[in-house]
Amino acid sequence: MLACLAAVSTVVLAQEVAQAQEGPIVISNSTSAFLQKPIPVSLEGFTSEGAQVLKFDLYVQGFSFVGPDTAQYIIKGSDAGNITGSLADKFAKNTLFSKSYNGASLRRQAHAFADDITTAIRGTKPIGGSKIAYKSQSAVGPGEIFVADFDGFGAQPATSDGAIVARPAWLPGHLALYYTSYVRGNPDIFFHSLSNGQRRVFAGYSGLNTSASVSPDGSKVAMILSKTGSPNVWVCNADGSGLRRLTKGIEDSSPCWSPDGQTICFAAKINARRVLAKVSAGGGEVQRLSTAGAPNPTEPDWSPDGKWVAFTSQAGDFSICVVSADGKVGPVTLVAGQNPSWSANSRTLVYNRGAAGHQRLAVLDVFTKQTRDGHAASGSNSEPAWSR
Amino acid sequence: MKIARIALPLVLALVASLAVTGCKHKQTPKTTMLQDHPAATGASSGIPENFGAKPFNPGDNNITATPTPTPTPPYTGGPIDTSTNWDPRTMNQDPSKLEAYTVHFKLDSSVVETSEEVNVAAVAAALKADPTAKLLIEGHCDERGTEEYNRALGERRALALREDLAKQEVSPDLIRTISYGKDKPVDPGHDESAWSKNRRGAFIWCTPKTADTAPAAAPASAQ
Repeated sequence: MLACLAAVSTVVLAQEVAQAQEGPIVISNSTSAFLQKPIPVSLEGFTSEGAQVLKFDLYVQGFSFVGPDTAQYIIKGSDAGNITGSLADKFAKNTLFSKSYNGASLRRQAHAFADDITTAIRGTKPIGGSKIAYKSQSAVGPGEIFVADFDGFGAQPATSDGAIVARPAWLPGHLALYYTSYVRGNPDIFFHSLSNGQRRVFAGYSGLNTSASVSPDGSKVAMILSKTGSPNVWVCNADGSGLRRLTKGIEDSSPCWSPDGQTICFAAKINARRVLAKVSAGGGEVQRLSTAGAPNPTEPDWSPDGKWVAFTSQAGDFSICVVSADGKVGPVTLVAGQNPSWSANSRTLVYNRGAAGHQRLAVLDVFTKQTRDGHAASGSNSEPAWSR
Repeated sequence: MKIARIALPLVLALVASLAVTGCKHKQTPKTTMLQDHPAATGASSGIPENFGAKPFNPGDNNITATPTPTPTPPYTGGPIDTSTNWDPRTMNQDPSKLEAYTVHFKLDSSVVETSEEVNVAAVAAALKADPTAKLLIEGHCDERGTEEYNRALGERRALALREDLAKQEVSPDLIRTISYGKDKPVDPGHDESAWSKNRRGAFIWCTPKTADTAPAAAPASAQ
C-alpha cells in the first residue's frame, strides 16, 4: 500500500516537472533550434563505481555536471554498499524523489537511479537496463556477435563460430537477435534466442541475405536479399511466410522501420548516387528522403518517437547525422562515426568510431552532441544495435 | 466471520493512513528491488549467464528450417536467378585457377570497366571449355564505405560480372555470387594502393566433388 501511494506520487511529480522544464519541443528549420543546452546538475556523495555509472548515463542523456551553486537539480546520495539517492529541484525547492536500491549489482542500481532521474526530469523512457548487440572482430575478417550493457560493460559473446558476422538486430521486447553469419559459407540471416541459445537460419537464399530489421510490433522482418539479381529490400512475416520484394533498385541496403510499422526507410542508389529513400511496408512508390548537405547517406535508423532518422554520411570520413523523418529539419551533422542505432529514449544513439580495424563503440546524446566511448573492449567493434 | 469482513478493510485503511502520516513526518526512502538479471528490453525472462550458442554444426537439422520461398515476380533489370540445382558449397572450389583474371573496380562503382573486359572474356572461355565447371564470383570492396553498404556494393559487383558473362553467352545458372563487403581485403593497408587491389571481383572455379571427397552429410543447400 505504501509503495503504491509513493509510486503514484512520484509519477505525478515527474510529469509536472517534465512539462515545466521541457514544454513542447518546437522544431524549426535550423541547427541552432535543434541543439539544446545540457541540463546542469550537481552530484554529491557518490565516490565509487556508482558515480562513474551515474555520470556516464546522465552525460549521454544531456546532463552536465556543475557545483551545487549553478546546478538546476541536486542529486545527493551514497554508493557505499547499495545506492541511495535523492533528486531535488533547486529552483522549485522541492525533493522530487528519494529512494534506496537493493539487489543485483551496484552498477545495475546506479543505472536504475539514473533512469529515475532522467524520467523525473525529462520524462524520457528509461535506458539503464538496455542492451546492445554488436559485431566484434580481433582484426578484419571473422568475428562474433556480442551482447553487452549499453555502456559496454558485461560483454558476452552470443556466437562462437569464427565466421564473418554482420548487422545484429533485436526482436523488440525480447532477448532475441537476428544477424548475418557466413558460417554456412554464404551470408545468411539467423534468428537466435538469447534465452536458450537456440537458433535457426531465417533467410538462406542464393546470394546475399543480410540487414535484418524487425518491425516495432515484431510481426514482420525487412531484409536485403539479392536472389532476383540485385540487392533489394524484401519483407516477410516473423515466421518467414509471405516473403515479398519491396524495392527494385540497383543496390539497396539497410532497411529500418517507422515506429508505426507503416514505412520502411533504406539506403538506395539512384543515378549512381547514394540516397535515403522510403517505401510503404506494403509496397509501392519509392520516395526520396532529402539529406542535402550530408553526402552519401547509408545505414538509416528511425527514432522510436518517429521524429528522426539517424544515418551515416560519408564525405571522406564518416559522420553521424540526423534528419527529421519528413525531411523538413536538417540534416544535422553531429560527430564522426558510423552505424547509429537509437535507444528507447529517442535522444541517445550508440554508434562506432575510430580508425579502420580499430572501431570503438560510443554513445551520443543527439541534442547536446555529448558523447562518450563505451567500456573499452579489445578488437574492432561495430554495427551496434540498441535493444528497445 | 462477519466481523472479520468488516474489520479487515478498516485495519487496512488504518495502516494506510498511518503510513501516509508517517511519510509526512519523516522522509522514508522508497526501496527499489532489482533482479539479478534484468530483462534487456522489458521482456519477462531474465538474461541467462551464458546465452551463447553452441558452435554451429552445418549438419544440424535446425538449419533446414528456412522460410519457404514464394514465387518471385519477374525481374526486368537483369538476369533472373531461377536455378537452385547446384550450390558452390557442395563443390570443389579452386580460387587460384582464375586468379589472374580478377576484375578491379573504380571507387564506389560496380561498372565493369572496358579495360577489364579481357578478364571477363578469359573467364567465359574457360567456362565454355569445361562443361562440368561452374563459377562462384566473390564481390569485395575497399574499406571506404559503411559495412552494410559495402555488402550490397560487393554483391552488386559480383552480379555485374555475372551479367557481363551472360553477354558472352555464359548461362547465369552456372554462376553463384557471394559478397564479402570489406571483410576480406587482399591488402590490409590503408592507402590507395591497397584500396585499388581490394575493390575486386574474384572468380572461384567450381568443379564436382569426386565420390571419395564428397562429405558424408552435405550441407543443406540454400534456396
